Amino acid sequence: MIPFELHTPTTLDEALGLLAQYGDEARPIAGGTALVLLMEQHQGRPAHLVNLGRVAGLSGITTENGSLRIGAGTPHRLVEMNPAVKQGWSLLAETYARVATVRIRNVATVGGGLAHADPNQDPPPSYIALNARVQIASRQGTREVAMEDLFRDYYETQLQPGEVITEVVVPRPIASLRTAYLKFLPRTADDYPTVGVAVALDVQDGRCVAARIALNAVGPTVVRAREAENVLRGQMLNPDLLREAAATVPAITDPISDHRGSANYKSRMAEVFTRRALERALAA
Amino acid sequence: MRVRLKVNGEDRAIDVPDQRLLVDTVRYDLGLTGTKLGCGVGVCGLCTVLVDGKMVSSCLMLTALVDGATITTIEGLEHDGQLDPVQTAFLKYGGFQCGICTPGQIMAAHALLQENPHPSDAEIKDWMMGNLCRCTGYYKILESVQRAAAGDV
Ligand SMILES: Cc1cc2nc3c(=O)[nH]c(=O)nc-3n(C[C@H](O)[C@H](O)[C@H](O)COP(=O)(O)OP(=O)(O)OC[C@H]3O[C@@H](n4cnc5c(N)ncnc54)[C@H](O)[C@@H]3O)c2cc1C
Ligand code: FES
Ligand code: FES
Repeated sequence: MIPFELHTPTTLDEALGLLAQYGDEARPIAGGTALVLLMEQHQGRPAHLVNLGRVAGLSGITTENGSLRIGAGTPHRLVEMNPAVKQGWSLLAETYARVATVRIRNVATVGGGLAHADPNQDPPPSYIALNARVQIASRQGTREVAMEDLFRDYYETQLQPGEVITEVVVPRPIASLRTAYLKFLPRTADDYPTVGVAVALDVQDGRCVAARIALNAVGPTVVRAREAENVLRGQMLNPDLLREAAATVPAITDPISDHRGSANYKSRMAEVFTRRALERALAA
Repeated sequence: MRVRLKVNGEDRAIDVPDQRLLVDTVRYDLGLTGTKLGCGVGVCGLCTVLVDGKMVSSCLMLTALVDGATITTIEGLEHDGQLDPVQTAFLKYGGFQCGICTPGQIMAAHALLQENPHPSDAEIKDWMMGNLCRCTGYYKILESVQRAAAGDV
């Protein structure tokens, strides 16, 4: 690994100051599970790393006015095990439990996972389905973006140098919301998805009042399946309608062929798994 | 930088470059070569150690990030000549063949039983799925963990 200088601030102000001071030369590091790998493979060589692991107040899970607030420094494993998350935001607990292995989830943080922006990652579709927002801080102040607007390209977010994710805020799902995350794993149980689909349907008396559907692993960023949502919204749900909604999905995919399958296969599986995720959500 | 660790019960202070990986600290700075390096990318589980009781891949961890932590390696499971029940179970029920994956398997199983003393078969498999073994076919590993959990060692 190329040598770098590690800074370990204990307050957010100090961390933001260091990132501002070193500009392009600096990167935050949280769990390091993604960044250490990239640096080992010489795909990144920051001269300065700002360790977020000791920043006070960056880690933890709270509920406030019915919303769930997850600190950026919170490890995946704590989200998955948290009683409030399991009870009120079970889709998130289930999704985090599908990431890699316990060994990785003990270390990988929520903020690091989002900033890494690999389109194959599991959590973003579920966050988008639940209409989550991301809190961002820099020396200039704070701002908030919708989760679905965070991602720009392969491994690229709209975060600017000097900015860090501080928190994810997830509104409480209303009682009539039916959710599911389906991860297609033809290889091993701890792999990234070949395709993954999260759905959240607000169903009242058999009618779909609102729908949010998002997919990972089918293009340069996680994508929202708006056409499929439009097919469902306002309609009485039945198996043909679910099929019709899922059939709109391949058109919005732009996957790459790799060891998890050819581009064509992934597009086809995106349709199949969208349909199954819708069925799963309604069966729950 | 100077890093302070409690390693297998002993306080240690070592000077390491900021980019030092925990697996290299354990093996070379501390001389504890029971921990193995396999894939180096977090997938195989050979390098599993416990940091403050939680299992991690030491091949992806910077030593500097765990300053102040308690580290447990395979060498730390034995106390006064008494093996950990998981170690005894692996010996008694043939939980290994070539042995290269074994320190990682045992650390993972030990961590599981600390958190969940009576895991179901599904829980054992889910927890252990990130520890690869090319020899045993996993049945003997599963049995060893089941026996250790049952106190049948
Ligand atoms: C073996 C293995 C298997 C994996 N399998 C899966 C899987 O199945 N599904 C899945 O979803 N993911 C998987 N991952 C990816 C994993 O989710 C990420 O590595 C992890 O979430 C990154 O979090 P971290 O805290 O370790 O981040 P780091 O490695 O510390 O940082 C990652 C990036 O985020 C930046 N960063 C960190 N924190 C912040 C912050 N608060 N604000 C702004 N930028 C920040 C860093 O500068 C860096 O660019 C796997 C990883 C490994 C190593
Ligand atoms: S060597 Fe660390 S997980 Fe394989
Ligand atoms: S015993 Fe040989 S790899 Fe597991």
